[in-house]
Amino acid sequence: MNIRRVPVLATLALLLPLSGCSDDTSNGEGTTLTVLAAASLTETFTTLADRFEADHEGVTVELAFDSSATLARQAVDGAPGDVLATADEATMQTAVDGEAVSGGPEVFATNVAVLVTPPDNPAGLTSFADLDDDAVTYVVCVDSAPCGRIAAGLLDAAGITHEPASLEVDVKAVLAKVTSSEADAGIVYATDAVSAGDAVTSIDIDRAEDQQNVYPIATLEQSTDAALAGEFLALVLSDAGQQVLADAGFGGGG
Amino acid sequence: MLGAPPALLLVPALVAATFLVVPLVTLVIATPWSRFFELLGTEAVRDALGITALTSVATVVVCLLLGTPLAWLLARVEFRGRSLLRAAVTVPLVLPPVVAGVALVTALGRNGLIGGLLRDLTGVTIPYTTVAVVLAHTFASMPFYVLAVEGALRSSGEEYDVVAASLGATRWTTFRRITLPLALPGVLAGAILAWARSLGEFGATITFAGNYPGTTQTMPSLIYGALQSDPEVARTLSMILLIVSVAILAALRNRWLVRP
Repeated sequence: MNIRRVPVLATLALLLPLSGCSDDTSNGEGTTLTVLAAASLTETFTTLADRFEADHEGVTVELAFDSSATLARQAVDGAPGDVLATADEATMQTAVDGEAVSGGPEVFATNVAVLVTPPDNPAGLTSFADLDDDAVTYVVCVDSAPCGRIAAGLLDAAGITHEPASLEVDVKAVLAKVTSSEADAGIVYATDAVSAGDAVTSIDIDRAEDQQNVYPIATLEQSTDAALAGEFLALVLSDAGQQVLADAGFGGGG
Repeated sequence: MLGAPPALLLVPALVAATFLVVPLVTLVIATPWSRFFELLGTEAVRDALGITALTSVATVVVCLLLGTPLAWLLARVEFRGRSLLRAAVTVPLVLPPVVAGVALVTALGRNGLIGGLLRDLTGVTIPYTTVAVVLAHTFASMPFYVLAVEGALRSSGEEYDVVAASLGATRWTTFRRITLPLALPGVLAGAILAWARSLGEFGATITFAGNYPGTTQTMPSLIYGALQSDPEVARTLSMILLIVSVAILAALRNRWLVRP
């Protein structure tokens, strides 16, 4: 698990001298909100946590990033946590079924697949349907990965029979093949295309939202401060929160 | 008599042996044997086994045809920069496989120095083909072969070559009739080393050649993909590869390899 340690250490450094002189520390100082979030939310939730800390004096947001399934299982096991955000509805449902969820879940973001090409677009692709050409070398994720299942579904729905040149182990490997021009195109998430910046050109896929990843967020039963957890949910769903997610390539919730 | 082995040597030796054997034993235990034959019959496994067999044998053939002359050159011909060449061709031995793959892309990729030229001139591209798998495997395996054969050539000595030459044999005849037969145990050991390295090659292959069933997907690539979705399948596939490699090694050892 990937926990942001610096704020924790900073909090400890502040508290240690206080405990020495037996002062009252229950005045709201040092409240910690623990957010369990899918790994693909690392950048956006770090930004949102900083914003939340700025708006709530004395509150430290501790972020734990891991795979959605791992986090949902931890939530059901009663691991310390106030908010859970997963990258799909199925894993959130396991947390709901395990009676770990107190508020929500609410969908706060979506992530659709896009077609990316090298900046010079060597194969001259203009639409997703252009992939159906034996002269085009394109790569997708392996079927066992979520991005591979989405890609296979989209290719199937579009009736594209020309097969990919390679099934890469994950979405980063697909992106690497495209940025190095070893492939004419690849299918990645919109957020990956945004983070790749000028290294790729992205082409929207028709009806990509039929196969999109849906991100739900919920507050947890074991939360020690349900009101504060609710406020974090509100921030993520607010216009400001949605803007942070949109800047990273996520689609809106609703 | 040398006396009983000292504990100072015996204990670390047993620790080393245990460390090497235990993971293989636990793999055997963790394999879901009830699904073993069901998985063995699936198309994906048969394709990957076929590609692995084809490419590892092709790799050994390329090593025999190109690596033997290189080993001979390094062992028998005096020329400037020989030690430098020997060092250069053994670098892939210590290179992380992924780095080897990245290096191959820069040379033979679609936009690589040679690969790009080939594509412009003939329209042929190397990546994503079975040939690319063999190239990646050969890059990783040939240093093992060359080192083994060069060692054998050096230890078999040049005296017989000199005698053959003094009796009027040309250098080619000497190589064919004297040098090579004397170095045969080294050639076989080198071929087995190269084959074993090719069988397990993963990093350079997936980086340079890609991963597609029936053309470039070898057993290690299939295992890595399966690990993401179903660890049970990954363990079974690992077991299949372990059985195949141990069986072939045992067969070769009984047939050709004489115990030292």
